[in-house]
Amino acid sequence: MTVLLDKARQRQTRVTGVALIALGVLIAVFFAPDATGSATFRLSRPTDVWPVPNLVVPGGPFIYVVSALLAFLGARQFLSGAAKWSALSLGIGLAIAVAAFLVWATAGKSFSLTGMLQASIVRAVPIALGGLAGVLSERVAVVNIGIEGMLLAGAFTGALVGSLAGGVAGLAAAVAVGGVFGFVLAALVVTYRMDQIIAGVFINLFVLGLTSYISSQVFQEYRALNNAPVFRTIEVPFLSDIPVIGPVFFNQNIFVYGAFILAGLATYYLFHTRHGLRARAVGEHPRAADTLGINVYRTRYINVTVAGMVAGFGGAWFTLGSVGRFDEGMTGGRGYIGLAAMIFGRWHPVGALLAALVFGFADSLQQKLALLRTPIPSEFLAMAPYVATIVVVAGVVGRARAPAADGKPYVKE
Amino acid sequence: MSTEMNQAVQGRLIGRNQIEDLVLVPLYALVAALFLGALVMIATGVDLSTIGQSFIALVRGSVGSLNALSETLTAAAPLVLAGLGLALGFRAGLFNIGAEGQVIMGGLAAVVAGVAMADMPAVIALPAAIIAGALAGAFYAGIAGWLRAATGAHEVISTIMLNLISYRLLDYLLRTPLIQKEGRADPISKSIPEAAELPRLLTFIDPNLRLHAGVFLMLAMVVVAYWLLFRSKMGFEFRASGENAIAARFAGINAGLTIVLAMAVAGALAGLAGANQVLGVLGRATPGFSAGIGFDAIAVALLGRSHPVGVLFAGVLFGALEAGGRQMQVDAGVSIDLIGIIQALIIVFIAAPLLVKAIFPWGFRRTRSKEEEV
Repeated sequence: MTVLLDKARQRQTRVTGVALIALGVLIAVFFAPDATGSATFRLSRPTDVWPVPNLVVPGGPFIYVVSALLAFLGARQFLSGAAKWSALSLGIGLAIAVAAFLVWATAGKSFSLTGMLQASIVRAVPIALGGLAGVLSERVAVVNIGIEGMLLAGAFTGALVGSLAGGVAGLAAAVAVGGVFGFVLAALVVTYRMDQIIAGVFINLFVLGLTSYISSQVFQEYRALNNAPVFRTIEVPFLSDIPVIGPVFFNQNIFVYGAFILAGLATYYLFHTRHGLRARAVGEHPRAADTLGINVYRTRYINVTVAGMVAGFGGAWFTLGSVGRFDEGMTGGRGYIGLAAMIFGRWHPVGALLAALVFGFADSLQQKLALLRTPIPSEFLAMAPYVATIVVVAGVVGRARAPAADGKPYVKE
Repeated sequence: MSTEMNQAVQGRLIGRNQIEDLVLVPLYALVAALFLGALVMIATGVDLSTIGQSFIALVRGSVGSLNALSETLTAAAPLVLAGLGLALGFRAGLFNIGAEGQVIMGGLAAVVAGVAMADMPAVIALPAAIIAGALAGAFYAGIAGWLRAATGAHEVISTIMLNLISYRLLDYLLRTPLIQKEGRADPISKSIPEAAELPRLLTFIDPNLRLHAGVFLMLAMVVVAYWLLFRSKMGFEFRASGENAIAARFAGINAGLTIVLAMAVAGALAGLAGANQVLGVLGRATPGFSAGIGFDAIAVALLGRSHPVGVLFAGVLFGALEAGGRQMQVDAGVSIDLIGIIQALIIVFIAAPLLVKAIFPWGFRRTRSKEEEV
């Protein structure tokens, strides 16, 4: 086994090395000739309390430096087989490649960096909360493919109840309905021992069918039922005045704050409380946990239900946190990307949050780049986050490990 | 995680009460799902006579006439083809969610090959277009297989990402001069020439009957998939890897190659589903032409318990629901999205026979007393 793993890791390092070198060459050949003039990144608006000057980067030199750095990182990977630093090199390599790309696209123009970062955080929220829901349920060894459906259920309930009884009630109802679907998933896989993936696929299909049906059967006729208020942004006093960081982190709506707080709470719960230790024990070795007197079934029920509530909260973002209106299938695969964030974040709440921020960044990057009118077709820019996900999952997965009992039903003796 | 699923799937197939499991459970599941569907309609303010009308329309639109049967089979063909691919993957322990993207790539390749072969006779053009579809699907799924084998990247994530990539790629390619229809600004492909079309079978009765030769492709592939899975060395290796990857490796099966091959075969079948759609039904490729076939096929493969014959029946059932659902929407004004709910409920009831037995105890009594004796 170890020999096989070492071999796989070595090959992976080689692949990473070649990919980095190729990236460096591509950047030097395609980007450098076009990058005439300097790229101007706007960091603050003139109306801000403490305005900071714009960041001006000379286009050509910056790109050559980046491609040299990439080639160096790649060659180091390829020759030494330094598996230890493989993920870090890949991360740094991709980050500077993205920077070079931005400079190339902005060369001779100006562009609001702070605005893009702010949008990144907003777009990361549903992915982070979906990933967090995944962490909570996979830590007790329940694979949760149904996150997509739970997000959609939260979005729908938020819109419906929000229209009838106001935003706060809508949010509470979305959390509750998410919890109901979490409970249903737990009941199907724990009590009825249904295959976990089938149960998750069922939840996704059922919620998609039900919400689309009601949306086309009822909302078409009674439009007032689908017109919810949107939560406004809350400025944190003083902190929101800090240049760059203020608008990005401290001038957002409750869903953004909620995602950060929940990631912190989940970390505390899983790694610093008795109940969290028990939950992880159930995920790693349910038989041993059972022998020690932990109620495996109850632990799974509770954690998966809480995961559903987190996903319901994340789902409400789509309606109460952005547009105030429900559209059929509006989650658009965010739940699945959340699962990718969970794996990328190595089944850790903070890891999942950081991974979600990477996806959010890629998402807002492509949106802003479309405005800069680069010669690259917009479809390829839109692919970038997904390609990045594949590269990242292929690059780091050797070091990620799922909970040992993940996906396995437990039968009490 | 899919290994457990396969064991669960096979455990249920080998079970003692095959007839009850294969006939009674699905039947009761259908009844229960339709009943719950009626409850959903009542809850959304649909009156009782409309509900009755919609169920009549559901039957009429799926099996009530020659046209209905033709529509059912037309809708079933791509679901069965893609479902077979997914079933093969499940047996090899691969949870391939990427059928949608493979359908798109297959359909697109079939369009390109079909258009390029416009001057060739049908004997060459049609098989070439079909094979192009299968190869494109196989290649696209093979990427996910290769990533899994070479780097360990989980196929669930990579296939989902490849799906999302394929939508954008489709939008882009439909605007390239090679594929875009002449004189059009919107993303739409050139039309399939007659030589590459899957011929319609029943036009001599009524020119509106859409049933086409893809149905033979579907049946042939059921046989091929069955042979591949249960009669060939490759299929044995797929199943062995799915059952116990470590044991399979010690038995001398090349794990990486098996993963790539299983994904490629699965992708080829999904690609055929795409080719079947553009060559037999649509006549061109447009954005969103895959219409969720790849996702419905996941349900079909699960419902058919990853067995080629089961997939055939499940695909026909889903095709019937789709055809009936369209009639329901026209006759009773009930949204076709109701069918999605019913399909989901059928899956849950079939995957949890305990639930069905709790609701409908009739017909299971003998087995229950037998179990009590044991």
